[in-house]
Amino acid sequence: MKTILSGDQLAITIKRLSHQILENSVDLSNTCIIGIQPRGIWLSNRIIKEIQLLLPQTKLLYGILDITFYRDDVRKELHVANQTDIPFSIENRKVILVDDVLYTGRTIRAALDALLDFGRPEKVELCVLIDRRFSRQLPIQPDYSGKAIDSIISQRVKVGWQENSGKDEVVLL
Amino acid sequence: MRLSTKHLLGIRELSPQDIQLILDTASQFKEVLQRPIKKVPSLRDVTIVNLFYENSTRTRISFELAEKRLSADTINFSASGSSVSKGETLLDTVNNILSMKVDMVVMRHSATGAPHFLARHIPAAIVNAGDGINEHPTQALLDAFSIRERLGTLEGKKVAIIGDIMHSRVALSNIYLLKKMGAEVTVAGPPTLIPKHMAEAFNVRVEYDLNKALQWCDVANVLRIQLERQNQVLFSSLREYNLAYGVKKSLLDNLDKEILVMHPGPINRGVELDSDVADSKQSIILQQVENGVAVRMAVLYLLAGREG
Repeated sequence: MKTILSGDQLAITIKRLSHQILENSVDLSNTCIIGIQPRGIWLSNRIIKEIQLLLPQTKLLYGILDITFYRDDVRKELHVANQTDIPFSIENRKVILVDDVLYTGRTIRAALDALLDFGRPEKVELCVLIDRRFSRQLPIQPDYSGKAIDSIISQRVKVGWQENSGKDEVVLL
Repeated sequence: MRLSTKHLLGIRELSPQDIQLILDTASQFKEVLQRPIKKVPSLRDVTIVNLFYENSTRTRISFELAEKRLSADTINFSASGSSVSKGETLLDTVNNILSMKVDMVVMRHSATGAPHFLARHIPAAIVNAGDGINEHPTQALLDAFSIRERLGTLEGKKVAIIGDIMHSRVALSNIYLLKKMGAEVTVAGPPTLIPKHMAEAFNVRVEYDLNKALQWCDVANVLRIQLERQNQVLFSSLREYNLAYGVKKSLLDNLDKEILVMHPGPINRGVELDSDVADSKQSIILQQVENGVAVRMAVLYLLAGREG
């Protein structure tokens, strides 16, 4: 087991990601953040909190998206569906998708399909905490990346959060 | 998470965990049905045949919509106008359809046990959409979903099932489901329409006085008088049935609480349910129909995933 990000490093990384998102989003009123269920929402919750600290006056649109029914492996393996809650229209808005780990790219492919069922966004960007580069099975790259790592298939990246496992850290198993 | 069974033949075969999984999955599908595009690609590689040997409006449309919202390919078969009238057996008909590469069968039949028979002889997954006087599992699931949606939980809730208990597959499926999920059940109706030994066999209360049943319950699930399944006289006239067992507005107004009124449809207005009750705000009959699509999507989705 190898620690990729300790609790302190994780906090700094989330701060940086939040700043980068703000830097890149001129018109915040037309931008929304959508966390991917189930594990992406821990990161998106933190980013929303961080942005609200930086700009207390701004109200950022925030939704969560479940991609279970859009997976390409429904017949191979069943996953439990989670809640989807996008209480606003994404039509002509800039959407920033948030997930914890980008690996094969299949989850993001499913998320893009799911998202387009809600309307036609002006632009979609991707924000991830850990980018397992060189392991993509689809041509998908992040716009904001916390940390890029090199790993092999047999390894697993585990992201722990205070809210669910009691400790903020990212480890390679 | 997956279902413990390959087919949905009845609620009797399901575990409480299975029921919970179906209802939870259905809530997610209900959200899908509120979206601008009410469709997901989950079952785009699945072909489903709707095999209806008995008349149906709601169930058949509901299944077909559920299949289409899941992107499955569907074929509709009804016995009338098919080669069944030329004498083809059930098994031959189904095997012929399956040889055209069909993955799942949704089936309604007037013979009790017809889907169980098919399940033993063919490899495809089978969903029972009502078999004779046995079970109608997706109706019970959507009833439970509708109760849970309004009252938060099934556990400890008091449900009265009123009317033709004897001939009703909806009643049997509902009793199995409600008891498994910890609800209390009373069956109410004229003695001729309630089978003997109900109380002992199913651990339910039996009540012959409609007013007492209504006073006891949180939810009244009113059943249709099934004239097509009655081959002897079990009550003197529809008018008399309405007088003694019809759910009327005056009865509901006299209760000290507001109960939910449900009906699986089609309603015989003025027989088991008066129009002013069916159209009142206590009635969730149309919500039941709406929820039916989400519940059937959940069943088909979970069974299709079970196969791999």
